[in-house]
Amino acid sequence: MKKIAAAPYQLWMAIFVIVPLFIVAYFAFTTDSGAFTLENIIKTADYAPIFARSIGFAALATVICLIIAYPLAYIIANMSKNVQSTMIMIVMLPMWMNFLLRTYAWQTIIGNNGIINNLLSMVGIEPIKMLNTSGAVILGMVYDYIPFMILPLYTVMAKIDKSIMEAAGDLGCNGFQSILKVTIPLSMPGIISGITMVFVPAISTFIISKMLGGSSNLLIGDLIEMQFLGTSYNPNLGAGISFVLMVIILIVMAFINLIDKSDQEEKVII
Amino acid sequence: MKKIWCLASILVLIAGVFTACGQNNQLETQVISNMDKEYYSQLAEEGVEINVANWGEYISDGSDGESINVVKAFELLTGIKVNYINYATNEELYAKMKAGASNYDIIIPSDYMISKMAGENMLAHIDFNNIPNYNNISDDYKGLEFDPEDKYSVPYFWGTVGIIYNKNVIKDDNFDWEILWDEKYKDNMLMFDNPRDAFAIAQIRLGYSLNTEDTKELEKTAELLKEQKGLVQAYVMDEIFDRMGAEEAVVAPYYAGDAVSLMAEYDFLGFKVPDSGTNMFVDSFCIPATSKNKKAAEMFINFMLEPEIGLANTEFVCYSTPNTKTYELLSDQVKNDGISYPSKEYLNSKTEAFKCLGSGADKVMSELWTEIRSEVNIDL
Repeated sequence: MKKIAAAPYQLWMAIFVIVPLFIVAYFAFTTDSGAFTLENIIKTADYAPIFARSIGFAALATVICLIIAYPLAYIIANMSKNVQSTMIMIVMLPMWMNFLLRTYAWQTIIGNNGIINNLLSMVGIEPIKMLNTSGAVILGMVYDYIPFMILPLYTVMAKIDKSIMEAAGDLGCNGFQSILKVTIPLSMPGIISGITMVFVPAISTFIISKMLGGSSNLLIGDLIEMQFLGTSYNPNLGAGISFVLMVIILIVMAFINLIDKSDQEEKVII
Repeated sequence: MKKIWCLASILVLIAGVFTACGQNNQLETQVISNMDKEYYSQLAEEGVEINVANWGEYISDGSDGESINVVKAFELLTGIKVNYINYATNEELYAKMKAGASNYDIIIPSDYMISKMAGENMLAHIDFNNIPNYNNISDDYKGLEFDPEDKYSVPYFWGTVGIIYNKNVIKDDNFDWEILWDEKYKDNMLMFDNPRDAFAIAQIRLGYSLNTEDTKELEKTAELLKEQKGLVQAYVMDEIFDRMGAEEAVVAPYYAGDAVSLMAEYDFLGFKVPDSGTNMFVDSFCIPATSKNKKAAEMFINFMLEPEIGLANTEFVCYSTPNTKTYELLSDQVKNDGISYPSKEYLNSKTEAFKCLGSGADKVMSELWTEIRSEVNIDL
């Protein structure tokens, strides 16, 4: 009975997850006439600096998200139940708006004639170049993906039994020590899934860099987009780059899960 | 009970939104009133749907409240339902068609893409007997290089590429394409986000043909574009509208028609078609070989060639029309603004149209473009 119930999901997985993966792999290892080649994979090496930049930006954005989200999730988890749900709703609120629109809004905020620079010029400060920089891309990533960090952290922290914290206090921990020795280890699964949920979309994003990054902040997602929809049509190379990117993400995730496994029995699914 | 009320009021709200959109079609009814009913009603009873893929902002859609919604008018006249889809570059259109998932009945690619698609058997032969209004097209736009025998395409608009600039910053219009390499405008210039248009500008500067297939020449062109990259704020297409309008950038190359509509909105913008020459492009209606509603598609093309419909589109889009009957209806101001309809002499001696590059050169250009765009320089 259980098997029958699971069948539609298995079929779904097969059609929409497994098959596309094979199609990507097929394209990655063939030429446009269908012959086997390794050229697409080898050529990916030319774009190593872009891979490096994408990984660097995504990692930086993930760390910033974690630093901002962790205290926030902790504070929310320790509020009264009613306030908690309101706060979580506020965290989710921006996500009700279209992702493109939110990113687009940053253009008007940080542009050379944007809101911030207009305010600065009113008090006599020279305009600062913010839009079309790498910083703007990272800002965009942090802004767009931070709810994905807050939510898993909050979910895990809300479940931590308050009496454990009290026990830590009774045994002589001060507030800071009990966070360090009790809350952080217990919230590890939340940290891991938060990192996963921010890092993976951030590394393959393309529209944020296009909208906020200007001419010289092309990321790996943009490069892939160019090969498929964009201006240098070469789906085989695009598939090759995607394939390499998948392998990199897989390795990174394996590492993160390894850290997790060392002191936690709860595993997180990628 | 309270819940039911809640639900009811939500439904009323949603219904309100929809009815608000269903405004009256007075303008449309008026414009179609004296068209050939017999011809246009041929497919009325068959419940035909056609998929039209067009560039963004490239048809009169009634969005400003005064213009005609051309698609709506066509639907009212013919009973054919139109699904309207946008694309941003020729390459995107090509990619979507190659991927095989699209079932377009009408597409509007540019010159070089038409010959490329025709060469790959992606286009259907148009039956001109079904398009009586084809006679309205000026002979200047028939038999062009990308479709010498007029088999696959019917011209929609044409235009030139020039430089849009902010008159408050650039006071003197005595410049040529070099301005896009001028350090003074570092971080304040925009550039085309597609290889053909971007290469063309550098090719004019270097004195090469816009259709060169010589790898050395293409590489030299790419070098020049790489040199420019450090100065470019962003590579964009229609985003030029926002960035130039908000004074985020002061100089950008773009299509004459878009420049005219931008200048109408922002009086601080100017436009110059450089003396040293430029690209002249033609965007034409084509019917993909995969179309299942060829007759309806031909009817759509014929409708678009009606003088009044052409006029509505020309006034909305601001590109230059190849339709002689529509041209007659234009105001003298538009005919003589020097932007939309440059002198014959300039067009003949200084402009070059794109042709389809051989697959070798096409590949080289794509690769060089990826290289230009992906060069890394960090600026935190």
